[in-house]
Amino acid sequence: MCGICGCGERPLTAHTHDDHTPHDHHHDVEQPATVRRIKVEQDIFAKNNQYAQLNREYFRQNAIFALNFVSSPGSGKTSLLTSTITQLPADCAISVIEGDQQTTLDAEKIRATGVRALQINTGKGCHLDAHSIAHALQDQIPGPNSLVFIENVGNLVCPAAFDLGEAYKVVVLSVTEGEDKPLKYPDMFHAAELMILNKIDLLPYLDFDVEKCIDYARRINPRIKVLQLSVKTGQGMTEWLQWLTISQRLSSIA
Amino acid sequence: MHELSLCENILQMIEQQAKDQKFTRVLTVCLEIGQLSCVEPEAISFCFNEVMSGSVANQAELKIVMLAGLAWCPTCYHHFEILQRYDECPNCGRYDVQIVKGEHMRISELEVI
Repeated sequence: MCGICGCGERPLTAHTHDDHTPHDHHHDVEQPATVRRIKVEQDIFAKNNQYAQLNREYFRQNAIFALNFVSSPGSGKTSLLTSTITQLPADCAISVIEGDQQTTLDAEKIRATGVRALQINTGKGCHLDAHSIAHALQDQIPGPNSLVFIENVGNLVCPAAFDLGEAYKVVVLSVTEGEDKPLKYPDMFHAAELMILNKIDLLPYLDFDVEKCIDYARRINPRIKVLQLSVKTGQGMTEWLQWLTISQRLSSIA
Repeated sequence: MHELSLCENILQMIEQQAKDQKFTRVLTVCLEIGQLSCVEPEAISFCFNEVMSGSVANQAELKIVMLAGLAWCPTCYHHFEILQRYDECPNCGRYDVQIVKGEHMRISELEVI
């Protein structure tokens, strides 16, 4: 259709516009495009959540209990994992997915315990996403009735938003970080099932208020469970291993 | 800075829409961001132009609508606007409130040609 006078393209007959010049068309004028509004109404996380759902279904079908460990850098996630692996029964099948921006240092530490570990380097990325976990599962193929520990990139912000298909997020907070972290980084504590207060052997040397920290965490997430432990001294490790074993059994019933 | 990867997700969704709805250029992208979503609107705006550059949404305008967070208290049944996750119920002072709105972020609408 002619954008100026609205006539149809064919049949073309000579006609005039304001300048009264008869012509059979073409105008050297760009046809104005029609602007359309398209309702999308799609969640930005929808793609990640689809992958997460596929991972979750894979875990369910193979009776795999997957945990996503999140914390700021240096809270002791890797030490907690190596210590946990060595204290679990030898017949307990475990595989570990390590997320860091760079290096394979953490995967090497895990492999030193005799357990399979896959390192994902996120490069500039600040979190693991469900798609990267789906690929890791293809490479690693954890066996049925096993445990999968995912150690996320050390970051108390971004990993909160990305469901990986895990049974639970476990947030590790070391007492050297300050008791106000749950209020400062609420999304992470809201998303977690369990908060592990690590390095409690250092409490005598710090002003960290354990009760206040737990109170803050429960303001954000009233259902959050809390364990206090020290990977270094072994204090509280028994309760952690019990939580792990019981939660794994419960997930196999659900 | 997960907003960078969220912008990449937004671009993927737009490219899918361009295939389905057959358009070649995006003029405006309208986003709704919940007050309690893990998303910082300024960081989205910061990444947006860079990620869209050279794509179907090159130089598209970004319009962000912030959606207020709404919560209700299971103790006193009070509904109220919530600004942060740690806000207590203004009626009874309890913290175990449930958030009913304002946790999501979505593309609401595109203007395309």
